[in-house]
Amino acid sequence: MKIDGIENGIVLDHIKAGKSMLVYKYLGLDSVKSPVALIQNCHSQKMGQKDIVKIAENIDLDLNVLGYIGPGITVNYIQDGKRVNKATLSLPDTLKNVLHCKNPRCITSTEQELPHIFKRIQGQKRQYRCIYCDTIAKNDDFE
Amino acid sequence: MAKENRSIINILDLSIEELDHLMDLADKIEKNKEEYWERCKHKKLATLFFEPSTRTRLSFEAAMLELGGSVLGFAGASSSSAAKGESVADTIETVSNYADIITMRHPKEGAPVVAANHTSVPFINAGDGGHFHPTQTLADLLTIRRCKGELSGLTIGLCGDLKFGRTVHSLIDAMLRYPNNRYILISPEELQLPEYEIEKLKEEGAEFIQTTDLEGSIPELDILYMTRVQKERFFNEEDYLRLKDIYILTKEKLENAKEDMAILHPLPRVNEISVAIDQDERAKYFYQTLCGKQMRMALILYLLGLDQ
Repeated sequence: MKIDGIENGIVLDHIKAGKSMLVYKYLGLDSVKSPVALIQNCHSQKMGQKDIVKIAENIDLDLNVLGYIGPGITVNYIQDGKRVNKATLSLPDTLKNVLHCKNPRCITSTEQELPHIFKRIQGQKRQYRCIYCDTIAKNDDFE
Repeated sequence: MAKENRSIINILDLSIEELDHLMDLADKIEKNKEEYWERCKHKKLATLFFEPSTRTRLSFEAAMLELGGSVLGFAGASSSSAAKGESVADTIETVSNYADIITMRHPKEGAPVVAANHTSVPFINAGDGGHFHPTQTLADLLTIRRCKGELSGLTIGLCGDLKFGRTVHSLIDAMLRYPNNRYILISPEELQLPEYEIEKLKEEGAEFIQTTDLEGSIPELDILYMTRVQKERFFNEEDYLRLKDIYILTKEKLENAKEDMAILHPLPRVNEISVAIDQDERAKYFYQTLCGKQMRMALILYLLGLDQ
């Protein structure tokens, strides 16, 4: 399968195979007017298989969300067909409205307007705690 | 100096130096009550209790009244705007304009975090669901310090509902800051300490044991902190009925206890401590309520900058 390169925009590379739909959802790419391509299960020397997302527009990216979905994702900024900048991601310290607190006793369960905010537990690679009730998020709290 | 907008949500919001200061202040209040009778004149404390409480609310109100201040508030969500669907944020924004200091009890965990983000006066968490209850811990700390003379090097048994028992969580958080304390966590498997509290014990390298055996643990203890299995924390009546009488402290069980062991309980008690023990010198749970009032007086003074 052949997908054209982009002239101006962003290429998200090294997304773990199968995770590109999550990237699409959490970056809100459905509201982007320019072409967006999701390429699943590409061959990768480093990863075996990977996903790639190409966005033909320079949009503001929520790097925190991307960092949580896959700290290994690389963000390539393309201008006039050339890569002008590259960012590598790390796990964010704070996540807002990405994880949802599942504790039925948490204040967020009754006050729907409150943002769901989680902070990373110090020294823990991928453990996050609800700032309201301290419940530790499980992987399936991420939808 | 006034601690503007200072919020006490968790016992850890107070440094060890501040805890010492508050306990020293409570001791001064105990010795010179008259000196503090008018300290909070013209100041108002709002007590916002979205959940039933006798002891904590009355303790706060008594504390403020003894300092010469006034109190306003409500007891129960049905008599507040929460019944009409008002958010915690809006309630606090409004009450900040009526009172000089606010205390709130709310059934939902984390409600005080929301309150702290919206208050323009000092705010004190008076209990949020099964989560934190810092002023009960202030009462516990003062009781332990007065009974044992120190807050370190103690073997502390925590018994009963360690899962939903917010007083247990706050007490552990506080005692972890003092060195060489051991923890014996006595509960049925269903009511064991939550994962996030176990993590804290591990992070601090504290020595702790989880057991179901109360009687066998008693001889080791310097402090026995009993708790009630709280009906309001269960979604399922059957589970409550099965677990509610699991630990009952009787005179017989105290036979092998140390002579100077202190028995604490955040109260109210149902039947987990036999009334026959009330006359035992080791029973400190009613004394604890006096300590609680004095610590609340100290905290109100401190947060209003009237402690000097």
